[in-house]
Amino acid sequence: MSRSVTKQRKVINTIAAWGIGLLIFFPILWTILTSFKTEATAIADPPVFLFFDWTLENYSVVMERSDYARFLWNSIFIAGGSTILGIIIAVPAAWSMAFVPSRRTKDILLWMLSTKMLPAVGVLYPIYLLFIKMGLLDSRLGLTIVIMLINLPIIVWMLYTYFREIPGEILEAARMDGATLRSEIIYVLTPMAVPGIASTLLLNFILAWNEAFWTLNLTAAKAAPLTAFIASYSSPEGLFYAKLSAASTMAIAPILILGWFSQKQLVRGLTFGAVK
Amino acid sequence: MGQITLEKVTKKFGDVEVIPPLDLTIQDGEFTVFVGPSGCGKSTLLRLIAGLEDMTTGTISIDGQDATDTPPAKRGLAMVFQSYALYPHMSVRKNIAFPMRMAGIDIAEQNRRIEQAAAALNLTDYLDRRPGQLSGGQRQRVAIGRAIVREPEAFLFDEPLSNLDAALRVGMRLEISELHKRLATTMIYVTHDQVEAMTMADKIVVLRAGHIEQVGTPLELYHTPRNSFVAGFIGSPKMNLITGPEAEKCDAHTIGIRPEHIDVVDGEGLWTGKVGVAEHLGSDTFFHVQDTGLAETITVRAPGEVNYRHGDTITLNPRPDQVHRFDAQGLRIA
Repeated sequence: MSRSVTKQRKVINTIAAWGIGLLIFFPILWTILTSFKTEATAIADPPVFLFFDWTLENYSVVMERSDYARFLWNSIFIAGGSTILGIIIAVPAAWSMAFVPSRRTKDILLWMLSTKMLPAVGVLYPIYLLFIKMGLLDSRLGLTIVIMLINLPIIVWMLYTYFREIPGEILEAARMDGATLRSEIIYVLTPMAVPGIASTLLLNFILAWNEAFWTLNLTAAKAAPLTAFIASYSSPEGLFYAKLSAASTMAIAPILILGWFSQKQLVRGLTFGAVK
Repeated sequence: MGQITLEKVTKKFGDVEVIPPLDLTIQDGEFTVFVGPSGCGKSTLLRLIAGLEDMTTGTISIDGQDATDTPPAKRGLAMVFQSYALYPHMSVRKNIAFPMRMAGIDIAEQNRRIEQAAAALNLTDYLDRRPGQLSGGQRQRVAIGRAIVREPEAFLFDEPLSNLDAALRVGMRLEISELHKRLATTMIYVTHDQVEAMTMADKIVVLRAGHIEQVGTPLELYHTPRNSFVAGFIGSPKMNLITGPEAEKCDAHTIGIRPEHIDVVDGEGLWTGKVGVAEHLGSDTFFHVQDTGLAETITVRAPGEVNYRHGDTITLNPRPDQVHRFDAQGLRIA
């Protein structure tokens, strides 16, 4: 009796999970489908789902009109650069918080996280002025630094959580074995935290890739990444949904593929510490 | 050369004084055991010597050199932890090589020492395995191997056997004792197990609440405990500590008599009581005797098989020359 109930439950749960999954994925699916429609089909009422004349025209127009490769390269540079820079700064920070905590460590961690609660637009003005003064406007370097700083609290928090799982005695053993602080971090701590560092890298790469507020406000042409590339298709001269969708699909494709192949790492990263 | 001297060492965690002012000298080549109940500060004391904890006040010198402010890596000591603390991402070979790699010893010499240590510790077949693929005993041997290859001034052991099962513990105890005989290096060993202390030590330091209660050879501690705490802590089963009229007859506040110094007699005896629990081990028989007219249950260790069962009446005779006397403060009366 109880067995059949469980089975029924399982079926319901599976259907519900698929339903919710599809619901969440639907906007992305719709964007991808729209990118293969003509502009007329894209705005047809009632909307057409699968049965339309598939076309690659939007992609060729988008490729013709803008330099996709440059945007792509900027995205890779900014997302990759900010993530690597962030890790380099966050590893020692998380190390000290996890292994030599002071009375204020918890407060500092919370304070760092609280900066994420501030609406970004609140600091846009001062940062914009700083960028003008330092000549960093529309530069990849400037954007890399800003995005790194924006994500740094999350990187430190994630690494802190991973490091807390590493037994302190192993680091003490390294110290007794003659390791300097630098060797301790490089040869013992980092290799042990590789899974954690990998998922931190991935998650932050994705966050940086999708960052739009700062990229739109601080770049124009030279340093603009793919988020700016999408935005350039929602122009005031009229919305071209099909072309906008094609541009969006091209912008999210690399990160979608990366995410697909690394989903195990990502899930582990997000649930680490919660399930062990 | 590994003489270690502690002078007026104290340690406070916040307002709590874990180690009150303490002086101690550990001679070169000596096997010293710190023993005491949980929370007595023995591990803290070891960590102070290792440099893993900072002293609040006092000085420590290793081999005549002031090491108070020397970081652990530079003290020339090797430590074996209770949890083994092996590097899980490295093979056994790399674990053992790690301290030598840190010291910049050349590869050929590293390999020579690894082979030598592995042979001595029966690890040769496991050098390419990861710690996760080894049993508890093997892991502990790797940890010891990692300590040996450094050729340290002294070895520090922090309850290294408490994660092993009883049979393995006895084996490893012997191995560590043999290692000490072979290397003749100073060893400091922390344990709460007085059997380990008695069997391995040249010198035992008994600690209680951070205080040194007594320092001496195992047999000194056994025969002439300085106070009733040491008397009760050293020896297994525990010494019988008796207060009241029986002690007053001996002009003492407390008298102590070890279970092996009480004879089970057929005829006349000092105490007659009922057997509570009888433990027949074959080699020995332990009796817990009640209703002797004393407030305390008396433990008796009789050699060989002695056939008394639960509820039987038993007559006991303590050997008068083996009675220890203590005053109201618990101190030994000579």
